Amino acid sequence: MGWFKRLKDGIQTATRNKKEAPEGLWYKCESCKEASTMKEMKENFYKCPHCNYHTRINSFDYFSLLFDGPYEELFIDLVSKDHLHFTDLKAYPDRLNEAYRKTQLSDAIAVAHGKINRRPLIVAAMDFKFIGGSMGSVVGERIARAIDFARQNRTPLLIISKSGGARMMESAFSLMQMAKTSAKLSQLAKAGVPYFSMLTDPTTGGVTASFAMLGDINFAEPKALIGFAGPRVIKETIKRDLPEDFQTSEFLLEHGFLDFIVDRKDLKETVSDMVSYFDPQKMDKSKMLEE
Amino acid sequence: MVFLDFEQPLESLYEQLEKIQQVGQEGDVDVSVMVRELENKIKNKRKEIYSNLTGWQKVQLSRHPERPYTLFYIKQMCRKFTELHGDRYFKDDKAIVGGLASLDGQTIVIIGHQKGINTKMRQYRNFGMANPEGYRKALRLMKLAERFGFPVVTLIDTPGAFPGMEAEERGQAEAIARNLLEMAQLRVPIVCAVIGEGASGGAIGIGLGDRVYMLENTWYSVISPESCSSILWRSWDFKEQAAEALKLTADHMFEFGLIDGIIKEPLGGAHTAPEEMAKILKKQIKKAIAEIQELTIDEMIETRINKYASMGVYDVVEPLKEEESDKKVKA
Ligand SMILES: [Zn+2]
Repeated sequence: MGWFKRLKDGIQTATRNKKEAPEGLWYKCESCKEASTMKEMKENFYKCPHCNYHTRINSFDYFSLLFDGPYEELFIDLVSKDHLHFTDLKAYPDRLNEAYRKTQLSDAIAVAHGKINRRPLIVAAMDFKFIGGSMGSVVGERIARAIDFARQNRTPLLIISKSGGARMMESAFSLMQMAKTSAKLSQLAKAGVPYFSMLTDPTTGGVTASFAMLGDINFAEPKALIGFAGPRVIKETIKRDLPEDFQTSEFLLEHGFLDFIVDRKDLKETVSDMVSYFDPQKMDKSKMLEE
Repeated sequence: MVFLDFEQPLESLYEQLEKIQQVGQEGDVDVSVMVRELENKIKNKRKEIYSNLTGWQKVQLSRHPERPYTLFYIKQMCRKFTELHGDRYFKDDKAIVGGLASLDGQTIVIIGHQKGINTKMRQYRNFGMANPEGYRKALRLMKLAERFGFPVVTLIDTPGAFPGMEAEERGQAEAIARNLLEMAQLRVPIVCAVIGEGASGGAIGIGLGDRVYMLENTWYSVISPESCSSILWRSWDFKEQAAEALKLTADHMFEFGLIDGIIKEPLGGAHTAPEEMAKILKKQIKKAIAEIQELTIDEMIETRINKYASMGVYDVVEPLKEEESDKKVKA
């Protein structure tokens, strides 16, 4: 496991250094093509100051945006395994090593526990850069453990989804994570601990068709791509062009699958409001509706 | 008879057999010895071919045009069956069928993907690809079963949930996710069997249960070999390799602990002896229901959830010594 120890050193160093380094650099908006400095971007919650395009950010950026101060990362000791000896054009272990090296992340999701406006919250946030944010056994297990943690500590759970769907290299193990995470969520629901699901750009496939759609509250960042099938597959199936706003957050809100859309600058206050409405620490279970 | 590419040696033997039988009918030559010899040859050849099927060959068998589908099994297994239609919100999906049935006197709710038996019916059934209303109909029927304590049986046979525009508008993902959540807590036994294709979310959307079986020549995977080939190999030509890599056969799935058992098919596949296949399936379903019913309802649900909670393979690495002091620094 030497490589992983090195990796973890790398992650820690990278996370520490990242905050200071890139202020002088420029960011060119993917949406409006206007340029901004990284400092402007950071001060604007990593949104384009010209068109409000929400750039894809990583799990640790969300932790910083949400938590009051220090937080504790959980379940980092779980790492992916090539149980199937899966090889396509690349062997799965090589893909994993490349992802560790490029992203300095330990998998496609990170879980942390901390305080939001002085109330406890557990957040599981996905990372698209790690093999497309794909859900394999580690993603499923970290979510399952986050749910257990939320249940045992009666702490609200927020999952931030950002995923292309299944981790194909884990085949049916990946598929079963849909059942696993949903089954675990059913226990959380029974215990009366709230689960907030935030969908960000992009959230598709098995992630949408399991935990991402199962929040007590479902919400999304503006203009995120959210769907079951990918737009390319749908286009090939129906042999027509798709409407402009198809599978966007706004489209899902209109069709009744989201409770609201939140601008990233309001994210912390919105989640904090949700936590305060439900406050499972204070909630009297005897007054809740019986099953 | 329809022969798959790997069954070609059988096809020529059958042709010979037919010719000899014809000669026997026409003239005074006694062909009975030759016929018996050929029949033996066919039997041995079949054994030889079927004892060594590749993943892709099993995928082909699972899609065999003569393979029995859900409604055939229901009619064979259940003395009575009343199909129930509609999700009560939008419409009746033809790619998922379900209803009340009597399994040797026990009322059950039985649900399954349905494929069409000819070109016209394949269209009508949307090739077994359900829309959200199919999953919602399935859930409605499962909740009906729950209210009256009827066991639920689901038969899985789909190339995937339908990837259409309207399916997205009506929440394909939500419909599948909701079923998974509700099936985890359903207070009656759930027995599932993959009878053909088990493709991804479309399959598992009615596939979470106390017992999940696969017929011998079926597959269950997160993606079809063709789509996997097109994404990971960036070409449609690697479906055989993809089928191997995905380890999607019943043997692998059982070895991985992701299904509860394999149901043997008659030699040559379910389509060669469909009535016999239905008998074997029925026996297994009845046995499974009886086993599950030995548990209390709460034990059943706990066992069911724990089974899924244990699915996953990962490594656990040693935490770093310096990590403790480092954790708090991150924010
Ligand atoms: Zn912009």
